Amino acid sequence: MRWEETVVEEATADKEDTSAPETVVQSSVPQPKDDFQEELVIRPLHSGDIYASFQFRTLWETDFMRGNKVSHYRLFPKSLGQVISKFSVRELHISFTQGYWRTMQWGQPFLPSPPGAELWVWFQDSVTDVDGTWKELTNVLSGIFCASLNFIDSTNTVQPSASFKPLGIGNVTDHRFLRYATLPREIVCTENLTPWKKLLPCGSKAGLAVLLKSEKLFHSSFHSQAVHIRPVCQDWQCKTTSWELRQTLNVVFDLHTPGQGKLEWSLFKMFSRTLTEACPLASSSKIYIDITDDPQGEQFEVSPATHLLSQAMVLGDRRTFSVYDLTQQITFGTVRSLNLLIRWKSSEDMLRPLLHAERYVAGYGLQTGEIHTLMYNNHPYRSFPVLLLDSVPWYLRLYIHTLTVTSKGKDNKPSYIHYQPSKDRVRPHLLEMLVQLPPNSVTEVTVQFERALLKWTEYTPDPNHGFYVGSSVISSLVPSIVAMDTNSTREQPLFSSFFPCKEESSYFMRVYTEPLLVNLPTPDFSMPYNVICLTCTVVAVGYGSLYNLLTRSFQIEEPSPGLAKRIANIIRKMRGVPPL
Amino acid sequence: SHAAIKIQPMRQFFSSGHTNNWAVLVCTSRFWFNYRHVANTLSVYRSVKRLGIPDSHIVLMLADDMACNHRNPKPATVFSHKNMELNVYGDDVEVDYRGYEVTVENFLRVLTGRLPPSTPRSKRLLSDDRSNILIYLTGHGGNGFLKFQDSEEISNVELADAFEQMWQKRRYNELLFIIDTCQGASMYERFYSPNLMALASSQVGEDSLSHQPDLAIGVHLMDRYTFYLLEFLEDIHPSSKANMNDLFKVCPKSQCVSTPGHRTDLFLRDPGSALITDFFGSVRKVEITMETINLTEPIHFVNEERQKETYSYVDQLPVSEIIHQKPKQKDWHPPDGFILGLWTLILLVFFKTYGMKHLKHIF
Repeated sequence: MRWEETVVEEATADKEDTSAPETVVQSSVPQPKDDFQEELVIRPLHSGDIYASFQFRTLWETDFMRGNKVSHYRLFPKSLGQVISKFSVRELHISFTQGYWRTMQWGQPFLPSPPGAELWVWFQDSVTDVDGTWKELTNVLSGIFCASLNFIDSTNTVQPSASFKPLGIGNVTDHRFLRYATLPREIVCTENLTPWKKLLPCGSKAGLAVLLKSEKLFHSSFHSQAVHIRPVCQDWQCKTTSWELRQTLNVVFDLHTPGQGKLEWSLFKMFSRTLTEACPLASSSKIYIDITDDPQGEQFEVSPATHLLSQAMVLGDRRTFSVYDLTQQITFGTVRSLNLLIRWKSSEDMLRPLLHAERYVAGYGLQTGEIHTLMYNNHPYRSFPVLLLDSVPWYLRLYIHTLTVTSKGKDNKPSYIHYQPSKDRVRPHLLEMLVQLPPNSVTEVTVQFERALLKWTEYTPDPNHGFYVGSSVISSLVPSIVAMDTNSTREQPLFSSFFPCKEESSYFMRVYTEPLLVNLPTPDFSMPYNVICLTCTVVAVGYGSLYNLLTRSFQIEEPSPGLAKRIANIIRKMRGVPPL
Repeated sequence: SHAAIKIQPMRQFFSSGHTNNWAVLVCTSRFWFNYRHVANTLSVYRSVKRLGIPDSHIVLMLADDMACNHRNPKPATVFSHKNMELNVYGDDVEVDYRGYEVTVENFLRVLTGRLPPSTPRSKRLLSDDRSNILIYLTGHGGNGFLKFQDSEEISNVELADAFEQMWQKRRYNELLFIIDTCQGASMYERFYSPNLMALASSQVGEDSLSHQPDLAIGVHLMDRYTFYLLEFLEDIHPSSKANMNDLFKVCPKSQCVSTPGHRTDLFLRDPGSALITDFFGSVRKVEITMETINLTEPIHFVNEERQKETYSYVDQLPVSEIIHQKPKQKDWHPPDGFILGLWTLILLVFFKTYGMKHLKHIF
């Protein structure tokens, strides 16, 4: 991709060299270089909402896998470094998301993520017991991120055979070393944000991370925070590698939150904070505002104005951005604080996203059902292949013989199917298919299932809420509108360099469908109590009465006389005369 | 010139007998209408953190999420009072056990320390025989039991036995047990281990009542006992000299409607000599030294000759490779019971029909 920086006025200061800051070391031995960059991309969406994406990247040229143990951590967090070396992790991707990304209204995100928690890990070739290591890794991560990742076990872990290829460098892709799991029920709240912020070199005290206040971040339509660790090339020759840690946070603020009316957003309105300085440990700290839809400034208005513009190739499209460089003191102006104000007037129809997907459960009753997955290809004349990954828990028994894939009414045979059947209480179903989507069409994948009856101890404390089925993952190579840049190590903004690009005419994209909420036949847990009450009542009333009737003998007894008669009887007794 | 430093005699630092503090705070109720139980636990968490106990020494268990619940009109907040001044959830909360993880088994395992080896440190109670532990439970309870998440209960006998296990394993120096549920006093009736002090919000036969509802949020925000306890603790600071007798006076019957109770017969010291900060605050052992320490030489990295192999990124969706993927060689597993049984049946039928004399033709 091409990276252009247009400087209109000469007032911008001398361009600082954005190389990694050399660590000051007393000895003459060079320390492994590490580098930290932070950026924020703000994109106004056509529905009036606003999308903000934070990315914090730490690059560290070191080798966790070699014999000598790494003991001096500077910018790279120690907790993650120890996890990588102890569990021989090659790549780690974990995300926590609250809300669902609405592709039709918001377009494509820079970094997609499914609702709930998602974890996928590539282990090194040297690991002998991948399942045991996976179990220990999930427990350790649950402590680091304050999430219930320890619920990840063999019943929700799958080993995809073709999806989730490594995003970092590597020559071997044996899928035996890959594990993927989602927890769609996982809640994301401040307790997950707190440890995430602690991993940043500046914490939440300086730089862009001061904007991350939980009260505003969770009062949004979509919130997703993720950690990605992978080895990357250091230069274009790619003879040496370094470890890259990316912490990303995507949030979409809702227009209709109380207090909003017009299409006007500012940093203070979004985050209730303004920026005062860049993180001192960062080599680059920038804010990008997407002004592609209106470069002339007729509909958009951004203040304070900036003269730095840049263009980047992201998501198959060339977009223009206004850039604010926080490492330059001039950005903050005389008030020493930066509060960006973005105003735009009208919103026209946006381009339909090329690929999006939906999923729902059809059917009635609590015995059977049908899962429908719809994939839309909105390109007018190009078709492209997609890889659909479905992981369904064992208690929804899929009938694979009822699997149908239809496009435009006709049968569409997938060129690759990998199905691993489930084993009750041991593993889930895994279905992977490579489907070619014809242009301008809807492809529907349906499969019938039957609901299983669980053992009474396997129900959650709130079983009538339903059980979640994780999102389907659709990976595809989508044709791009403009030529992408395949040289991935040139200086480019972080948001455009996440997925490696191998060819110019298409770019890689991942789309997640909605998770499903399925009701299983739930027993009435108050039944034992009610039965005991009813039985005891029946026994007491019925048996007691019967016993009395059978065992009592009856005697005739004179009714007691009235008061006058009693007094008369007493007088007669005293007289010695027989009573009345 | 530097000021002369007076070296304090060491003995007055450790007069109370404990060297570290831990807290186990548990909310056992699920569902939105039990918002007040989460608010109770978070207010004690807040006080304990404010008085000095770090997150690494607090095990916080919340059975449900109220702050980011979709019914919460103010996300990421949990309030204690309808004036919404105090957000007890705060900005740097760390919950160790949440949601379905809050079970009786996990609670007892945390107390007794019998956790699986892969449990992370933040989920463990790593106390020793010089630790003072504060245990706070809240939820729905009855005479002799406390309900966990609407599906199971812990009885007072189990709890007393767990504390006895802790005593025998020397996992605490002194333990303060506070419970805010209906008929809470029944939970401490069965304790029999030494050095335990217990407080409850109501006696047997009485209900603990909630403080007041908030019409905007739609639920009761906090329970009375913990509300007045929070008010009392807000006046305590880390060097305060208030002692346990003041704590027993919190929330008299006029404010609480129920009668709070306490039990001190198992406590070996006089409750008047035990400070509030002995349990709610934190003691850090600080050793002042005047010697200088030499740091070791930095590690020398030997610049090895790296192999000159070129790395590259992997193709994310190699279509042709996927289509021509050979089916994986599955690991050989010994035949399981079903197959073995089937073959045994076939062999038996065969030998039954054809007789055993054919056996020697085969072998």
